[in-house]
Amino acid sequence: MTSLTLSKAINEGLRKALENDPKVLIMGEDVGKLGGVFRVTDGLQKDFGEARVIDTPLAESGIVGTAIGLALRGYRPVCEIQFDGFVYPAVNQIISQLAKMRYRSRGHVSLPVVIRIPFGGGIGAVEHHSESPEVLFAHTAGLKVVACADAADAFAMIQQSISSDDPVIFFEPKRRYWDKGEVDTVAGLAQALPLDRAKTVLEGTDVSLFTYGPLVRTALEAALAARQDGRSIEVIDLRSLSPLDVDTICASVRKTGRCVVAHEAPVYAGIGAEIAARVTERCFYHLEAPVLRVGGFATPYPPSRLEDHYLPDLDRILDAVDRTFGY
Amino acid sequence: MTVESGAATTAAQHEQAQHQQAQHQQPAPEIVDQEGFVQLLTPEGERIEHPDYPVELSAADIRDMYRDLVLVRRIDTEAIALQRQGELGIWASLLGQEAAQIGSARSLGPQDMVFPTYREHGVAWCRGIDPVKLLELYRGVSHGGWAPEEHKFHLYTIVIGSQTLHATGYAMGIQRDGAVGGNPENPEAAERPGEAVIVYFGDGATSQGDVNEAFVWASVFNAPIVFFCQNNQWAISEPLEKQSRIPLYQRARGFGFPGLRVDGNDVLACYAVTQKAMQAAREGQGPTFIEAFTYRMGAHTTTDDPTRYRLASELEMWKLRDPIERVRAYLVRTGLADPGFFAEIDAEAKQVGARVREACRTMPDPPPMAIFDDVYSEPTSILREESEQYAAYLESFAGEATGENGGAGR
Repeated sequence: MTSLTLSKAINEGLRKALENDPKVLIMGEDVGKLGGVFRVTDGLQKDFGEARVIDTPLAESGIVGTAIGLALRGYRPVCEIQFDGFVYPAVNQIISQLAKMRYRSRGHVSLPVVIRIPFGGGIGAVEHHSESPEVLFAHTAGLKVVACADAADAFAMIQQSISSDDPVIFFEPKRRYWDKGEVDTVAGLAQALPLDRAKTVLEGTDVSLFTYGPLVRTALEAALAARQDGRSIEVIDLRSLSPLDVDTICASVRKTGRCVVAHEAPVYAGIGAEIAARVTERCFYHLEAPVLRVGGFATPYPPSRLEDHYLPDLDRILDAVDRTFGY
Repeated sequence: MTVESGAATTAAQHEQAQHQQAQHQQPAPEIVDQEGFVQLLTPEGERIEHPDYPVELSAADIRDMYRDLVLVRRIDTEAIALQRQGELGIWASLLGQEAAQIGSARSLGPQDMVFPTYREHGVAWCRGIDPVKLLELYRGVSHGGWAPEEHKFHLYTIVIGSQTLHATGYAMGIQRDGAVGGNPENPEAAERPGEAVIVYFGDGATSQGDVNEAFVWASVFNAPIVFFCQNNQWAISEPLEKQSRIPLYQRARGFGFPGLRVDGNDVLACYAVTQKAMQAAREGQGPTFIEAFTYRMGAHTTTDDPTRYRLASELEMWKLRDPIERVRAYLVRTGLADPGFFAEIDAEAKQVGARVREACRTMPDPPPMAIFDDVYSEPTSILREESEQYAAYLESFAGEATGENGGAGR
C-alpha cells in the first residue's frame, strides 16, 4: 500500500494503462509538458513520448472528434477536458457521435474512448470551472458515466474505464484531488469492484445516504456527526451514474427504510430524481419516508463567494436526514 | 423591383417579389477560366492536358468510369422514385455530383480510408457497399449498419462536418501505426504502399467549427488526409455567398496546407487531383484541400423544393456541363466505345435499378427487440431491465386475436 493523493492515483492508473497497452493514448490541452493544469498527467509525456501523450490544439470538439477517429483506427484515447464547463463545445461529438457509433453501426464499431472531466465546485474558481454536468451524459444512451471519490477507486476505475470497450465519461472530484488515500498499486484489477457497482463506504441501519464524487467525504463526515445523535447513516458511493447500481441502492433502502440523495448538481432532474423514482418503484412498502434530495439549486453556478450556500454541506445533508425522521 | 408592403400584399406577391430580387442578387457562378481551375475533359467531351496532372488511364478505365457514373445515377433515380412511392422516408440525391464522387473514389487504394457525408452514394458504390444498404438508412430500417473497416468506408454522417474530425483522428492513427510511406525511421514503411484518409463534405460544412478544427489539427499534426469538398453551390436554400466571401479552396492556405479547385463535373480531373493529393498524403506530405466545383442538380433531399430559392435557368446552364454526357461524348468522339457498349451499360443500369427496387420493396422491418441491440458491448443492468419489461409487455398480447392492425409490436 502507498499513500497517494487522488490526482496522483489517477496519474499512476494512467501510467499503468500506458505501460500495459501500446494503443492507449493521452490527449488534451496542456497534458504534455505541463502535466495538465491539475498535474494529473504529470511526467507521462516525458516517459511515453509526444506521439502517445499529445498536447492538442485548444478546441474541445477537436479533442473528442479526433479521439473518435483514433479509436476507429484501434487506439484507446483518454481525453482530458480541462474543466467541466469546457466540455460543452464537445457535446455534439460526445452525444451524437461517440455515444451512438456502436448502435449506428449495429455493433461493427467500438469506441473505447475515455473522457476525463474534473468536476464540481468548492475551489473558489471563476465561472465555468465548478459545474456538475454529469446528468447530460447519464441521459445519453451509449455512454458509461462514472465518478471516483477516493484515491484507491481513482487508481482502479481509470484503468477499468480505459479497458472498457464502451465510451466512458470519467468525472474527477477536483476539490478532492489533494486528498490522500491508501492505494495498492501492485495488485491487479481482478480484486477491484466492477466499474458499474456502487460501494458501501459506511454501513448503517437508520437511513441510506447516496452520493458520489466530491460529496462522499462530506457524507462520511455527516454520518460521523450523526452518530453522536445516535443515528446510524449508511453511506453509499454510487461510483457509476450510468448505469446506476439499482440493486445495491434498493438493498440498502430495504434495510434502512429511509433514503437521502446528495449531489452538487442541481436537484431538478438530477440523479437524485432517478434514484427516488427507482426506489419508489422497487421498494415502496419498505419506505418510512419520502426520498429526499439535497443538491445544487435550479440556478447557474453562483459566484464563488456564494458557493458555500450552493454546495450541499454537512449541515444541509443532516437537515435532510432529520426531515426523513419527521414522517 | 420594389417590394410592396402593407396588409394588401399577399403572400404570393411577396414571394414573387423576393424571387425576383433574388434574381438580381445571385449571378450564376462563373466556372470557366478560373485561376488554377483543373479541367481535363471539357463539357463538350474534349480531352485537354494539364501540366501538373498527366493521367494514365486506359480506354477500359474510362469506360469503367462511365459505367460507374451511369449506374450510380440510375440507383439515385430509382431511390427518388422509391421515396415518391412511400418506400423510403427520404433520399438525398447525388444528381450532378457523380463525377466528383466517382473520379475521386476511383483514385483511392484499397488501403485508404473514406469518411463520407450522407450523399456519397457514388463513393459508397466504389467502395463495394451494396446500394441496398444505403436504402436501409433512408427507409428507416437501420442507421447504416455496414462494417466500416471491411469496406474502408465509414458510416454516413448526418451532423454536418462532424466526420472531418473523425477522419483527421484516423489519419493521426495511421501516423502512429507507422503506416505513412516515406518515413525513414520506419523500415516497414518502405514495403507498404502508405495509407491516407479522404473525407467528404460540402460547401455548407466549411462554416462548421468542426471542419475548421479538423483543418487546424490536420495541419499542425501534418496528418495524411485529403479534404474533399464538393461545392455544389447550395446548402439546402443557402447559396455559397452565405458561407464564404472567398473561393473555398483559398481557405486552405490560411490553415497552412495547399488548396486547389477542380472541375467537379469532370471525372478525369477529379480522379487526377485526388490521386495526386492522396499520394502526397501517403508519402507524409500532409493534407490537401480539394474544392470540387460542381452543382446539386436535384433538391437537397426529397423533402426540399428548390423552386423556392433558385432559378430554373441556373439548372439549365449546369445541364450543359453534365458529368456523364461529356464522358459519353469523349468515348464516342474518340471511338473508344461503340454503340454496343452504351447499350450494354444501359441494360445493366436497368437491371441494377430493378434489383434495388425489388430489394427495397421487400425489405423487412427489424424485429421490435432489435431496438435494444448494440447500445453497449454488453447490455447494462438498466438496459437489460427495460428490454425484459418490454419483451414481457409484447408477450402479453400473444394470446390476443390479431386482425389487420391487431396486437402491439407487429
